[in-house]
Amino acid sequence: MSLWKQKRFISNAVGLAALALSAVVGTSVSAEEAKTQYVPLATFRVGAYASSGIPVWAGEIDYFRYINEVEGGINGIKLVWDECETNWEVEKGVECYERVKAGKNGSPVPIFLPHGDPISKALTEKSVADKIPLVTIAYGRTEAIDGRVFPYSFPVVFSFWSEASSAVNFIAEKVGGKDKLKGLKIATVYHDSPYGKETQVPLAHLAKTYGFEDIQIPVPHPGNEQSAQWAKIRQLKPDWVFLRGWGVMTPVAIKTAAKVGFPVDHIIGGIWSGSEEDVRPAGAVGKGYLAITPFPAGANFEIHQKLKKYILDKGLSDLKDLKSFGSVYYNSGVDEAIIAVEAIRTAQAHFGVRPINGEEAQWGLEHLDLSEKRLAEIGATGLQQPLKLSAKDHEGGGAGKVLQWDGEKWNVVSNGWVKSDRDLLLPLIYERAAAYAREKGITPRDATN
Amino acid sequence: MSFFIETLVGGLLAGVMYSLVAIGFVLVFKASGVFNFAQGSMVLCAALTFVTLHDKGIDFWLAALITLAVMVLIAIAVERVVLRPLVNRPQITLFMATLGVSFVIEGLAQIVMGASVHELDLGIVDTPIEIGGVQVSQFDLVAAGTAGILVVALSIFFNKTRVGIALRAIADDPQAALSIGIRLQTLWQVVWGVAGFVSLVAGLLWGARQGVQFALTLVVLKALPVLIIGGFTSITGAIVGGLIVGAGDSLAEIYLGSLLGGSVSTWFSYVLAVAFLLVRPAGLFGEAPIERI
Repeated sequence: MSLWKQKRFISNAVGLAALALSAVVGTSVSAEEAKTQYVPLATFRVGAYASSGIPVWAGEIDYFRYINEVEGGINGIKLVWDECETNWEVEKGVECYERVKAGKNGSPVPIFLPHGDPISKALTEKSVADKIPLVTIAYGRTEAIDGRVFPYSFPVVFSFWSEASSAVNFIAEKVGGKDKLKGLKIATVYHDSPYGKETQVPLAHLAKTYGFEDIQIPVPHPGNEQSAQWAKIRQLKPDWVFLRGWGVMTPVAIKTAAKVGFPVDHIIGGIWSGSEEDVRPAGAVGKGYLAITPFPAGANFEIHQKLKKYILDKGLSDLKDLKSFGSVYYNSGVDEAIIAVEAIRTAQAHFGVRPINGEEAQWGLEHLDLSEKRLAEIGATGLQQPLKLSAKDHEGGGAGKVLQWDGEKWNVVSNGWVKSDRDLLLPLIYERAAAYAREKGITPRDATN
Repeated sequence: MSFFIETLVGGLLAGVMYSLVAIGFVLVFKASGVFNFAQGSMVLCAALTFVTLHDKGIDFWLAALITLAVMVLIAIAVERVVLRPLVNRPQITLFMATLGVSFVIEGLAQIVMGASVHELDLGIVDTPIEIGGVQVSQFDLVAAGTAGILVVALSIFFNKTRVGIALRAIADDPQAALSIGIRLQTLWQVVWGVAGFVSLVAGLLWGARQGVQFALTLVVLKALPVLIIGGFTSITGAIVGGLIVGAGDSLAEIYLGSLLGGSVSTWFSYVLAVAFLLVRPAGLFGEAPIERI
């Protein structure tokens, strides 16, 4: 190489290095300087499931606005968000995640809320690669409770297994104890999808443990015709029906149950069969219908008074139909926002008051401790169950309240939070997580740090 | 045995509900040879318009009349804006155009009327009654009666009125029909308007059963095998196809479901439809096209 060429090579190399360095410094400076925390929202405001989603985003956005307007952000770091329409479709959900994962205006993405069980499953591995926690409240892969195998998946609060177990425990409460479950017939009418099938394993296990008969009846998507399924119910004469629907399947189930004369007050809807949007279309025959949920309805919680005063009354609410204030879905949005905010707050306490990235938020989530005291400070006592997460337990709660529809509104009819048999089910969950780890060649992480 | 009969009757009555949707497809196909992909959206739009008006305190019949007017306006708009510029284009072009129409109708309906779920109470009792030891849904009986009235009315319309006969002429030979002065545009508007009326009836009954919500558009999924089995050009075929699909799905779900892992009704009617396609491609009552070679 001639001297001239050598000089030219060195000069180019230095130039490139300087450019690369400036890019790195530039990024880090902008991240440091960012004064806002970006939280992308994957939403579905159009399509067949929009009616379920719209109140959720309202609850979530109203709480974020409350944090910004009243508390000045999380320790002064204001929240910014934008929405990405998924239509509740996997491909659009994944596309949405890819679009937002790099962050915005210098703020990284601390958590991603997929808002859709199939989307969350499709993102499981991507989220690990990108180090962005997927927070899936009351949906998502149950074995992701084991954070040693699923470090970035958080099926927080109430997994489908806990849902099934709490429903069984509520039935036990009604019949006079778990020993009275023996000989009962419990039929699960479920949406024939991975989501719907998710409770088959725990119910089989619980049936074996407590001696009840476990009947499984699938309903094909979308569930707008169920005469055959309910004819079968009439034939088999179960004592209770556990209804795990989604969308239109729930009101059609309630109506068809009435048509075959099955008592509606012996149907317990699952989390996604237990909103006003599910039961109102069923009309008068829905009166008496039960549902188990981690999101109890009601607008009398302290946080709702604050939201009303500072957000709704000032015209800042995202709700178009104010009747939905305090509905199950609205409250689920508030719950979700509380968990997101508290996870970021926990991470800030450890890493410093600044916008938090995904890796730091994972730490925040795994050290989240929503005690009774903290919930009281937030104003969410009774709305949100106490929650303590760890690397070994990404669920934390595992209890639900049972609501009953009186024709106008939901009323809590269970004795507070109905706990699931987590001690009974966790070993099974860990086994399944370990099997997943073996299949995917994952070395489970150490859960002691 | 009584359980078998109960399942069969339940399935037949459920099938009538599918027929109501399928009739809308038949009307448009019969008159223009177009498979109207927007039929499901029209069902949704009709039900949503009705329930929005009714929720605002407008009387049932007045709300139904206004909704019918809206559906006729949609029919005129579709003919003017979409179909007229595409006259003499291949049928696949018209089919794709109806696909676009379906998205426009759904989007506009959501913008104007929102995405909330509405309860629709038609005042029909939905408790079972016993007939000869067999439980039958009163609501389904009313739906079956409505479908029967609709079939008779449409048969009279197509066979006894000038407009109906002109529509049949267009369906048989559009060029010949045009050459004797039949106005294609007007008749398309009429047929889309009648399809709008059928959508209103189907939308009200389906809406009363499942609530008026965007999932109403999904009821067309079961109308497709109904059309294949009954034939795309026969209203009677739509009814018979619906009965076969409803009964077949119901019996298959009960008697084959446990053997095949459940949810048999997702695919059973499509398997039936494929079998009919192989044996009788035009469907049971459809007219097989005769072409000069």
